[in-house]
Amino acid sequence: MILLRVLLLLIAICPLAARADDDPFAGLAGGYEDIRRAVDALALSGNPHAEPAVAALQAGTLFVAPDRSLWIRQDGTLTNARTGDPGTPDGDLKRVRVNNAVRRSIEAAMGALTLFSHDPARRMKAAADLFAQHDAAALPALDRALANEQDPAVRTALQQARAAALLSAGTAPVPDRLAAIAVLRARGDLDASNLLASLSGQPPAVAAAASAAVTAIARVQQLWALVQAVFYGLSLGSVLLLAAAGLAITFGVMGVINMAHGEMVMLGAYTTFVVQQVIATSLPALSGVGVLLAVPAAFLVAGAVGIAIERLLIRFLYGRPLETLLATWGLSLALQQAVRSIFGASNRNVTTPGWMSGAAEWGGLTITFNRLYIIVFAVLVLVALMAVLRFTALGLQMRAVTQNRRMAAAMGIRTPWIDALTFGLGSGVAGMAGVALSQIDNVSPNLGQGYIIDSFMVVVFGGVGNLWGTLVSALTLGIVNKFLEPLAGAVLAKILVLVLLILFIQRKPRGMFPLKGRAVEA
Amino acid sequence: MIHNDTLLYLDGVTVSFDGFRALNALSLVLERGEMRAVIGPNGAGKTTMMDVITGKTRPDSGKVVFGEATDLTRLDEPAIASLGIGRKFQKPTVFEPHTVWDNLLLALAGDRRPRFTLWARQSAEEGERVEAILQTIRLAEHRGRRAGDLSHGQKQWLEIGMLLAQEPQLLLVDEPVAGMTDAETEQTAELLREINRTRSVVVVEHDMAFVRALGVKVTVMHEGAVLSEGSIDHVSADPRVVEVYLGR
Amino acid sequence: MSRTATTTCLVLVLGGAALLAVLNLALPADAPLHVPTYTVSLAGKYLSYAMLAVAVDLVWGFAGILSLGHAAFFALGGYAIGMYLMRQIGTRGVYGNAILPDFMVFLNWKQLPWYWHGFDNAFFAIVMVLLVPGLLALVFGWLAFRSRVSGVYLSIITQALTYALLLAFFRNDMGFGGNNGLTDFKDVFGIPLHLDATRDGLLAASAVFLAVELLIARYVVTSRFGKVLIAVRDTESRTRFLGYRPEAYKLFVFVLSAVMAGVGGALYVLQVGIINPSEFSPANSIEAVIWVAVGGRGTLVGAVLGAVLVNLGKTYFTGALPELWLFALGALFILVTLLLPDGLLGLARRRPRAAPAGPAPEPEPAE
Ligand SMILES: Nc1ncnc2c1ncn2[C@@H]1O[C@H](COP(=O)(O)OP(=O)(O)O)[C@@H](O)[C@H]1O
Ligand SMILES: [Mg+2]
Repeated sequence: MILLRVLLLLIAICPLAARADDDPFAGLAGGYEDIRRAVDALALSGNPHAEPAVAALQAGTLFVAPDRSLWIRQDGTLTNARTGDPGTPDGDLKRVRVNNAVRRSIEAAMGALTLFSHDPARRMKAAADLFAQHDAAALPALDRALANEQDPAVRTALQQARAAALLSAGTAPVPDRLAAIAVLRARGDLDASNLLASLSGQPPAVAAAASAAVTAIARVQQLWALVQAVFYGLSLGSVLLLAAAGLAITFGVMGVINMAHGEMVMLGAYTTFVVQQVIATSLPALSGVGVLLAVPAAFLVAGAVGIAIERLLIRFLYGRPLETLLATWGLSLALQQAVRSIFGASNRNVTTPGWMSGAAEWGGLTITFNRLYIIVFAVLVLVALMAVLRFTALGLQMRAVTQNRRMAAAMGIRTPWIDALTFGLGSGVAGMAGVALSQIDNVSPNLGQGYIIDSFMVVVFGGVGNLWGTLVSALTLGIVNKFLEPLAGAVLAKILVLVLLILFIQRKPRGMFPLKGRAVEA
Repeated sequence: MIHNDTLLYLDGVTVSFDGFRALNALSLVLERGEMRAVIGPNGAGKTTMMDVITGKTRPDSGKVVFGEATDLTRLDEPAIASLGIGRKFQKPTVFEPHTVWDNLLLALAGDRRPRFTLWARQSAEEGERVEAILQTIRLAEHRGRRAGDLSHGQKQWLEIGMLLAQEPQLLLVDEPVAGMTDAETEQTAELLREINRTRSVVVVEHDMAFVRALGVKVTVMHEGAVLSEGSIDHVSADPRVVEVYLGR
Repeated sequence: MSRTATTTCLVLVLGGAALLAVLNLALPADAPLHVPTYTVSLAGKYLSYAMLAVAVDLVWGFAGILSLGHAAFFALGGYAIGMYLMRQIGTRGVYGNAILPDFMVFLNWKQLPWYWHGFDNAFFAIVMVLLVPGLLALVFGWLAFRSRVSGVYLSIITQALTYALLLAFFRNDMGFGGNNGLTDFKDVFGIPLHLDATRDGLLAASAVFLAVELLIARYVVTSRFGKVLIAVRDTESRTRFLGYRPEAYKLFVFVLSAVMAGVGGALYVLQVGIINPSEFSPANSIEAVIWVAVGGRGTLVGAVLGAVLVNLGKTYFTGALPELWLFALGALFILVTLLLPDGLLGLARRRPRAAPAGPAPEPEPAE
């Protein structure tokens, strides 16, 4: 640290030093003291070959030839340290040795040298380090670096580092300090705020500007935190929406209490796993889009299972909701055990394709791609579902049957078929949800269990039979949950949401957007 | 307008469902001891009117005054029932798993609170009252049968009997003779007239022969409001009534 | 029928428990008719489950309230007695702290949370066994019945209730031992729990409590109150127009039933020696419902029968064929609802019902 200060001070008198020795490399061929001075000089030189030379010295790969020329050995090839050209020296090479004093100089030099590195990313890093150190001694070096800097992002970073250093110096004129505060305020993150808050002994105008900047930054931070919470909330809400969308059909539209709904989701997740296995063994070229192929597959698998359930079980229980509840619960136990027997009790590994992993930062907001895709997917599923109900013949007949079964039958609609298809549709949608959930949750036989209560709450909260209600309800619950989390912790937040829901349903038993009419009251 | 002997007074009652007005500023006055027949085409709002009087549906606006000055719109169903308003539904609803006797026993006027019924034993006086009602509704020999096993007409009577047991001042009867044979219809008219000797009655009915047999003042409803009022001959002659109802 | 069934059931429960206890206590361990203590505790566990089943039947069979959260009341009763047993351990715990239970010492807590005070007193704990489930049921039921939440909606929110409690009790900072719950009990009312005689006594106590519960439940459902309740179950709006307040009737049985479930839970914990949050899991509540359905809904005695039979099956399966248990349980749910709507007792009674073989009933919009 102290060494760095010394070094940076040296950089400050850099033009002088440069004149004192036209060839900063020369000293490297000399004794320890010469080497040390040469390193310091190189650090200030701005010479593009300085950094590799010092790095080689540090790594013990710098050699001196009998003609005092300097060579860097890397992977068996030699390059001239002064020019960076490959070549072959005459005579035996001798390793340039270092002692502790030199070593210390090297370490300090490396920090500053990166400020002048070719690589913008390294310059960026150096600027960030200097910002964190906010040492007044760095000012001259920063000024020099700024004078040469072309890359706008690095320029900004350098300016921020300079502002930080300038404020720490305590000697700069007030207008400069105010300008520096403005730069930090624009940076707007926690580091900037901490730095501003730690300033002391400033003139009143500067102190006032600093504290104003701290407040402003805090406000910006809060805003970002809010936006982040909304994103997390939307993400959770979209998961809830996916899990509940199928239920909005089977429970909301048909009035069937399907406690095995979660298992339809689980089947979708396992379908994803199977599709992935098949692709991995026989069609490796498609591995990137396995998830996409799993969507229709899961829809078909879960939908087919749903139709089978409707035909074999549920149709005998229409009009007896409580019995349906018990029978489908039994079914869910059997399905879980069946999957456990086939695939084993442990979690199955579903890999996330490359294009779905990773994250983007945007201001104070971190957006993970898989969450983002799930939000998009949830919206697509809901839109598709609404389109099917609204615009297809199946949707029309479905609505006809649920509104007036006898009339629909009289008009030649085959109501049993429509029942089966409607239930299949709801189950298929649950299966598609399973594809999405396989990306963020453990694919295990219990996967569905975790969603069943939430799904019912979403549908009931939104108002049974109302897809828009389901959408609003899922997103509201997701966001409320994520807003409560920082206050109460994740588990307590969930408990609170459940309790709020219980209270809400008791106030408005038919949800936020109830359907009205006599049929509902019966 | 309100006399001392007014029992029920509906004033400008409006009920709408999603914008559709089932009752449209309906006003109606019922005297103490009166029997009134209410007729009107399907969807005229007759059942909804009963819903409003008995507290099942809250009106959007308007007043429903019972007796001296009780505003029924502020009360819920059990409170209104306890005031002495009994209701018979369009579809007969009795307690199917219970015997005819128990149905009547449960309907008998008395303490309705759990802390009473939990310890209640059937008193001799209660037995007599049930017995008397069984005679009135002609179900004496069926007293031990499950109510669910009765015929449709018998259930209708049992329900009327339960209303009597409630000892209401006002009886609201929704389509009592729907699905009855001619003989049963005749007997029902007789029964209602008998009841009317001690209580006020509002009967909703489609069956014109039945209404004529009752021989009471008739209110014709249409689209949620009163279209015409008077004797059966008077309303039958009213051209508006002929157009919307009888003319079809 | 029902009266003789009740009598038979009481005789079987009380006599069976007495017989097991005597065979356990009086015969030497190598005698052919000796009943191992393990079996005694198992029987006691079944009887405490039967208490839960009767409680469920009381609300489901007679008031039409399909509670999917009754295990919550059972577990709360269990926790209440568990807290007493915990404090009885005293200095015999691993950490030897006279006041704080082991898990609190482990969590570095310095003093007893306020809600643990008083639980060193057996009388207080017993009152809490009744009071805590009762109060929860009172508040929850008051809110739910007043706003006329019924049918599947009620079922779903009862399930949400027990789920919320499950999550809550898993939290360490709730002060109920988190994941591990309460266990390592030493003695009850000063009597060591591990003694055979204690086990036999607890079995006998379970039988007596179950008998009392059955008698109370039977009194309630055959009283005029019970008749109103059945009327409410089948035709709620009609009772309202007769001047009854269905919410008051439902609330009363709901609270009564919760208290009964709580007592069952307390006896359960005394006999299995542990209570942890998994007792709150929604699956437990639904399983209790299927006991009732198997035995025959609305018969009380059937609930006892169902609870004992299904749990015998469970003990057998989970020992011999663990993979098949969930298949068997699942199939039981499906077959009973499809083929045996009146349960085993209904099979015996067989009154002609609305033709089950007729045309399939039609779906109706959710209530
Ligand atoms: N709860 C309700 N929701 C929507 N519409 C209703 C409701 N109750 C009644 N209606 C409508 O109000 C109108 C009047 O119904 P009702 O009182 O039953 O007529 P009536 O008994 O005279 O045949 C009908 O068009 C009916 O569809
Ligand atoms: Mg009508």
